[in-house]
Amino acid sequence: MKPAPFDLHRPATVADAVGLLTAYGDDAKVLAGGQSLVPLLSLRLATPAHLVDLGDVAGLDDVGATEGSVRIGAMVSHRRAGRHAAVCDHAPLLARAVPFVGHAAIRARGTVGGSIAHADPAAEYPAVCVALGAELELAGPGGTRRVAARDFFVSTYTTAMRSDEVLVAVHLPAAGPRRGAAVDEVARRPGDFALAGAACAVDLDSDGRVERAGLSLFGVADRPWPADAAAAALVGTGPGLDLDEVAHLAVHDLHPSDTLHASGRYLRHVAGVVARRALGRALEEARRG
Amino acid sequence: MAEHDIIVTVNGERRRLRVESRRTLADALRDDLGLTGTHLGCEHGACGACTVLIDDEPQRSCLVFAAQLGGHRVTTVEGLCGPDGSLGAVQEAFRQCHGLQCGFCTPGFVVTVSAFLAERPPGLSVPDDDEIRDALSGNLCRCTGYQGIIAAVRHAAAASSDGAGG
Repeated sequence: MKPAPFDLHRPATVADAVGLLTAYGDDAKVLAGGQSLVPLLSLRLATPAHLVDLGDVAGLDDVGATEGSVRIGAMVSHRRAGRHAAVCDHAPLLARAVPFVGHAAIRARGTVGGSIAHADPAAEYPAVCVALGAELELAGPGGTRRVAARDFFVSTYTTAMRSDEVLVAVHLPAAGPRRGAAVDEVARRPGDFALAGAACAVDLDSDGRVERAGLSLFGVADRPWPADAAAAALVGTGPGLDLDEVAHLAVHDLHPSDTLHASGRYLRHVAGVVARRALGRALEEARRG
Repeated sequence: MAEHDIIVTVNGERRRLRVESRRTLADALRDDLGLTGTHLGCEHGACGACTVLIDDEPQRSCLVFAAQLGGHRVTTVEGLCGPDGSLGAVQEAFRQCHGLQCGFCTPGFVVTVSAFLAERPPGLSVPDDDEIRDALSGNLCRCTGYQGIIAAVRHAAAASSDGAGG
């Protein structure tokens, strides 16, 4: 089908984009890469009167590493993020999520910010953000503010962003020198959204013990699931830890709903399996150095 | 605001277009520019038949609005043939390996495969079947003629690495 008629606005600055959102309110939607929004328009599941396209907004496709963190502009494509040296070196967990996002053609057009703002609970980046303790930089009529990832993702397709705000960038804490990062997921077909997935990052101290750990599950709740008990159990440990126990902790309080494709019980089981795999691979990489 | 005037380079030619906001690139190519090689299957980003190159990267032309493309370069399947209109290397490999049955999905596959092979560093060995399947995973063939398509990719990759002296 064809989208219902709308006006496409192509602002050149963040301030202009915010101005359009303020002016049109609920009649406007932000268009980033469009790989989720345009299908919704084509199926007429969404019929906004105004689209505010961020494609020509200056500065939204910058990537930069500063003291202790990596800033990825919201309009950086998946493809570019996955190949960017600053992302690969300092935020390897996000780089490793990229191959799981859609297909080559989706990754060329779709954006990091678009995926995060869309907040599909089965998407990879929201879980990456929660696992790493990322912050989302939002611009609105009163200026910019930063929101912690676990406060940003509120529910299915729902974030803490107001309708007159634009996601400008994501700030990811930089990985340390002895780090490991892994994403694993089970999907019904390659490129589909995950039935269940896990994103894990660890940093070791100079004695080889876990200094910092983050683990988040996706596809199994209405938002990325912070597996805090499992991450806490890793901290301070050395080799020989029973990872099955840690994976068990990761899904201890998790009770996914039944879906069209799988029972909640099965999803919980798969979440434990992918958590175990991601934990194992991240630790192995960090220990290998 | 509902209409946009853009200048876009399509298959190496500068084209001037006046498009409604909701005009997808796929519709602009087919209906405004007469380039009907780009096929529209699902019109919502699931099938990959409408894949074209935008600034040399494969993208779905049903998920991009023409009004967004001022100043950009688009290459369609028509732009992948030789200068004399003969089949390009990937097209020739599809012909030789029976990489098409009804042919509806073929333009999207040819564009996707062309981008995949063009990006591989020269001298790299021919991609294995897993790599090929991963590269093609965004394109559907409802005839399910995937074996011939994969053979065509292998054939085109081997031909291009021979040609490069690797």
